[in-house]
Amino acid sequence: MVYDAGHYDVIVVGAGHAGSEAALAAAKMGAKTLILTLNLDMIAFMPCNPSIGGPAKGIVVREIDALGGVMAKVIDKTYIQMRMLNTGKGPAVQALRAQADKPLYIQEMKQLIENEKNITLRQGMVDELIIEDGICKGVITETHAAYHAETVIVTTGTFMRGKVLMGDLEYESGPNNQRPTIKLSENLEKLGLEITRFKTGTPPRVNSHTIDYSKTEIQPGDEKPRGFSYETTEFITEQIPCWLTYTNEFTHKIIDDNLSLSAMYSGMKRGTGPRYCPSIEDKIVRFHDKPRHQIFLEPEGRNTEEVYVQGLSTSLPESVQHEMVRSVPGLENAEIMRPGYAIEYDALIPTQLWPTLETKKIAGLFTAGQINGTSGYEEAAAQGLMAGINAAAKVLGKEPVILDRSQAYIGVLIDDLVTKGTKEPYRLLTSRAEYRLLLRHDNADLRLTALGHELGLISNERYDRFLLKKQQVEEEMNRLRKIVIKPNAIVQEVLQEAEASPLKEAVKAADLLKRPEMSYALIERLIEANESLTSDIKEQVEIHIKYEGYIKKANEQVERMLKMEDKKIPENIDYDAISGIATEAREKLKTVRPLSVGQASRISGVNPSDISILLVYIENGKIAKLAN
Amino acid sequence: METDTIAAISTPVGEGAIAIVRLSGVDAVAIAASIFQGKNLKEVASHTIHYGKIMDPDTNEVAEEVMVSVMRAPKTFTREDVVEINCHGGMVAVNRVLEIMLAKGARLAEPGEFTKRAFLNGRIDLSQAEAVMDLIRAKTDKAMTVALKQMDGRLSKMIQKYRQSLLETVAHVEVNIDYPEYDDVEEMSHELMREKTKAVHKEIEELLQIAKQGKILREGLSTAIIGRPNVGKSSLMNTLVQENKAIVTEIPGTTRDIIEEYVNVRGVPLRLVDTAGIRETEDIVEKIGVERSRQVLKESDLILFVLNYNEKLSEEDRKLFKAIEGLEYIVIINKTDLAQQLDMDEVERLAMNRPVITTSLIEEQGIDELEAAIANVFFAGDIDTGDLTYVSNVRHIQLLKQAKAALEDAMQSLELGMPLDIVQIDVTRTWELLGEIIGDTASDSLIDQLFSQFCLGK
Repeated sequence: MVYDAGHYDVIVVGAGHAGSEAALAAAKMGAKTLILTLNLDMIAFMPCNPSIGGPAKGIVVREIDALGGVMAKVIDKTYIQMRMLNTGKGPAVQALRAQADKPLYIQEMKQLIENEKNITLRQGMVDELIIEDGICKGVITETHAAYHAETVIVTTGTFMRGKVLMGDLEYESGPNNQRPTIKLSENLEKLGLEITRFKTGTPPRVNSHTIDYSKTEIQPGDEKPRGFSYETTEFITEQIPCWLTYTNEFTHKIIDDNLSLSAMYSGMKRGTGPRYCPSIEDKIVRFHDKPRHQIFLEPEGRNTEEVYVQGLSTSLPESVQHEMVRSVPGLENAEIMRPGYAIEYDALIPTQLWPTLETKKIAGLFTAGQINGTSGYEEAAAQGLMAGINAAAKVLGKEPVILDRSQAYIGVLIDDLVTKGTKEPYRLLTSRAEYRLLLRHDNADLRLTALGHELGLISNERYDRFLLKKQQVEEEMNRLRKIVIKPNAIVQEVLQEAEASPLKEAVKAADLLKRPEMSYALIERLIEANESLTSDIKEQVEIHIKYEGYIKKANEQVERMLKMEDKKIPENIDYDAISGIATEAREKLKTVRPLSVGQASRISGVNPSDISILLVYIENGKIAKLAN
Repeated sequence: METDTIAAISTPVGEGAIAIVRLSGVDAVAIAASIFQGKNLKEVASHTIHYGKIMDPDTNEVAEEVMVSVMRAPKTFTREDVVEINCHGGMVAVNRVLEIMLAKGARLAEPGEFTKRAFLNGRIDLSQAEAVMDLIRAKTDKAMTVALKQMDGRLSKMIQKYRQSLLETVAHVEVNIDYPEYDDVEEMSHELMREKTKAVHKEIEELLQIAKQGKILREGLSTAIIGRPNVGKSSLMNTLVQENKAIVTEIPGTTRDIIEEYVNVRGVPLRLVDTAGIRETEDIVEKIGVERSRQVLKESDLILFVLNYNEKLSEEDRKLFKAIEGLEYIVIINKTDLAQQLDMDEVERLAMNRPVITTSLIEEQGIDELEAAIANVFFAGDIDTGDLTYVSNVRHIQLLKQAKAALEDAMQSLELGMPLDIVQIDVTRTWELLGEIIGDTASDSLIDQLFSQFCLGK
């Protein structure tokens, strides 16, 4: 029945945002890689909002780029609008967000994959895994092809036993009426992996020609061109705006009156949905007193008239969706092209994963993306990249790569998932990062380029450019720390212009820059210009000097954290043999199997006394080893 | 492996006349030396003991007369430098000495940490490892139970109130960051942030002020012993303290001053106050004593009212019953070794359901029953601690101080005009520190707050 379809180093199941990154990373590291996807026309498809980036997520995209991933480059080539968010706030929370051209994004990503010589791209539905002695050795498709491999990365998104819900309509489906993945999900369950049920939803899309934009507010992109990738040098200048409108009491009444018809509110017990991405039904029920909610109208591309109605995610019946949409100013005559729907799907409980994203139960099997209980393209891409790196590393006999919480948002994301698990689809938020002053948009390259280069994902040329930048930043900071600025007329004039108090005595340029009103641009007017510096470098210098004290404090915290991360827990530790650990903590430790004492201390239910005992036990083991 | 210097009171709370503050770690000697008036501890030989004074760095006054032992690594319990400061004079002074050490850079030791260090530094051999773990567990559990028991419900509520206020503020800032385009949420301003941090800062400062004034539970429940002269008040105190500090005599009115003593009755920390007998008197010295006694009465958490089995109930006794009406008290009928003169029925009636215990302190009869009654009153939660609420131990005070310092950092950043997301780092730290006081360190609270406070999402 089954035929031998070939042997690979890495097989990636799925070619969404996780699968694409996983395959490209593995291939670039030198692994012979196969991608199997249900539909070749849906590579890196965006089934929900047409945007990439935003707070925390935008920084992840930069991190992906610094490590040698592709999301940043692809969006830089295909965006229809780019905005820097939080510009009025501190440097740690500024983030880019792009509106994507969905069809173009697919094309661009598909081509990247097609052009990668180490990747075989094939359409196919995977039904089950080949398991030998508890180790994953490949996959079998519904066409009876048996593909063999050293490692398999499953990135099936919301397809696993996916079920679309809209009013009383309910059918098995992946997003956007694609075929669901049924057998693989059953196979994973049979293999002993624990599965939970999550849900998410999407709003209707309307035809742009039927929108009266005069009743809405324009939301243009930034004038200053910017890109996510450190390699992008050419920026798209022709941008398309988004539009803002609001729901009103009529909208809310329609929803209220029809609440019992909503698939998610009809009383059936359903999967858990994300709080940060509520349906309009949720918003009306939970915040009943709010007179209006924002609705953003976001074009889905340059060559399509479809407009995404952000804010109206719903599982109400189609008839009610028409009524609801048309109650919104500007949408009175709007024609829905695709109705909104909710989707329920199987996800793995992510505490079953090592921080490398390999499953604990089945060696050689990695999972990444929405299957791990996250939501969002960026979260998926980040996991895909790390799973790809680690799967390839395993095949190539290299060390696994685990980012810690002070290195990257990606580290925070994965550590949260595998240490704490998640009860709802997980989204990155800036508040999840305890060292966010270090995890900035502007310094993603300084944090991760060296690692990307070491892995072979960053070219030598780019690495050299990075080293030069790093050096220039240091040199300029040292220069500013040496230059003395005296209180002369020009200085006082600049200070007055900046509404800063006049200078009383001579100061170092760096100290003057620390004043809240001052910027590098102002300092530059008072000192000899350094022509060789790019705006990027000046930004680095400014942030580093202005926030020096805070950065130092954060670094001290990181040092304390890393001390505990360095205390490794032996893999063969027997928690049942350690007397004194509380029962709840023992169970949690046995499930999560943390790699370090630091990770153990972040498990909820593991108390400081349990950590003390664990430390003593580990030291005990070391002493025992020495004695032998 | 762990390099910081830890400190703790290493003698049981409220027991014994001498209390020891122990320091261990690389800076142990330097920290002790920095506030010690006497020989230069940095130069003394190892394993020697020295008389001197611990100076209060805030007031530059003598905090305590002490004997300090200096023991240098590796021949010490922990194999680190160890300093032991022997104090006397009750818990207030010992706590003060500990606080000074913490202020000078020591960190408060975790339960069992000295033992843990001893083990980790190889001082204890392998076979003892299991025992060490049990010890840590036992000590931790005990410390936790004690901490929870000691923690006044109101302190916990106040901390929760401050935390909620800070959490809402932080959530507000976070929403502005994570959902910058949501106009439903107004932008948090520097002014509003200043107001919020200032309000909580003021409250924490007041708490610390109260802690400093000593109106706190850490010295134990204020317990007054009252009764007419010569009914056995001092004997009772002595019995409880098991040493002779107050003067015991047959002559009425010889206990002239208020004497305080700290005892630990079945886990209940008591601060015993022996008052001069309350009675009408012409004696001027006695009168001052009486006035002070009345005053103390109202401030007491618990009153031990001693009657004489061998005498009829007097008018003064009835007045005392009247004076303590509505307060928490235990009636002790002493001298049951002598003939009965007292009308027990009348006493029961006047006592209005309060416990009545009969004792003969001279013959050591009824003491168990008395201690049981004290413990019962405490653990049954009958005691209204009144204004004596608040901070009950050094750990809480230390955390409050750290929280205050973190908040001050935030306020300073505000003054410097730093962006709110930078200011917020220290506000979050304050919230975490306050959480440690009440044992709540769940990190998901912020995200929960975010989504319950605001309507967010696409």
